[in-house]
Amino acid sequence: MITGTPKPIEELLEMLEPYENIIVAGCFGCVTVCRVGGDKEVQVLSSTLRLAREAKGKNLQIREVCLERQCDPEYLELMRPYLEEYQAVLSIACGAGIQFLAEKFSKTPILPGINTGFLGVTERQGEWTERCQGCGDCVLHLTGGICPVTRCAKSIFHGPCGGSVEGKCEISKDVKCGWQLIIDRLKSLDQMENYGKIKPYKGWDSSRDGGPRRILREDMI
Amino acid sequence: MLPCTGRIDESLLLKAFENGADGVMVVGCLEGDCHYVNGNIRARARVERVYQILEQIEIGPDRVRMYNLSAGEGAKFAAFANEFVEIISTIGQSPINKARSGNSQPVQEVES
Repeated sequence: MITGTPKPIEELLEMLEPYENIIVAGCFGCVTVCRVGGDKEVQVLSSTLRLAREAKGKNLQIREVCLERQCDPEYLELMRPYLEEYQAVLSIACGAGIQFLAEKFSKTPILPGINTGFLGVTERQGEWTERCQGCGDCVLHLTGGICPVTRCAKSIFHGPCGGSVEGKCEISKDVKCGWQLIIDRLKSLDQMENYGKIKPYKGWDSSRDGGPRRILREDMI
Repeated sequence: MLPCTGRIDESLLLKAFENGADGVMVVGCLEGDCHYVNGNIRARARVERVYQILEQIEIGPDRVRMYNLSAGEGAKFAAFANEFVEIISTIGQSPINKARSGNSQPVQEVES
């Protein structure tokens, strides 16, 4: 899922200072699962903002909505009938949803209510960790299902590097060396021959280096 | 009244303040004695989160508090309620109620 963290309330209050009538828009997708932008978070954030503003003697009218997804146009269209009644939208979806809202409703300021994080997994309730950087050229079949792009701090392809000590990465004793994980996994899978396969060149053009990416499925159009 | 404090979430507590409460006390079962295993532990975590929110927005964190007791401890409940009322009386009206009643203090001009 796409993860995120709430923006500090002070930052949001500053952002909302010019407005008196807004929509707080959540998303039932990834941000609901990682408890940062779902229906409950819309309610808590809206109450918090109203209380903070009212304590300063200023009102803030909020319409609380939560869309099925903010990254699909049909759900965004549900907001169109009433959007003009509001001065701004504070979206607590991921950055993709926030930008899509801004694209579809170009005359309404769309404000980010969260800081979007990474593509990750739920380790346990309240803990998420990164697993994928969407490089566009997956090699997990060669690396025991552990991604060197994400799990290695340097994203190298022939690790471990000299900074790997007793299975830990040099950036922090709390971070496991991605390549040590890969080697251990390949051993347990009896696939160490994969470790010897030299990948001469990774084409980063399928990653962010090629600019904003697009997937076009002509069979679906 | 809720059947279990585990049903309480942050928005319910904040709504109470929006509806004019100067303070909110949450009374749950004794820790380790929850009929639903850990409802009161979850409630405590949520109360703590609201405590932090109220601190951040300068409403006053001490306006929310959780107490634990068993259903048979009526006298203790009364004592906790009296204690909490005493705390809230000392802190005074919430900034929300002050603003609504027009009793808020004007911003003092600072001479440069």
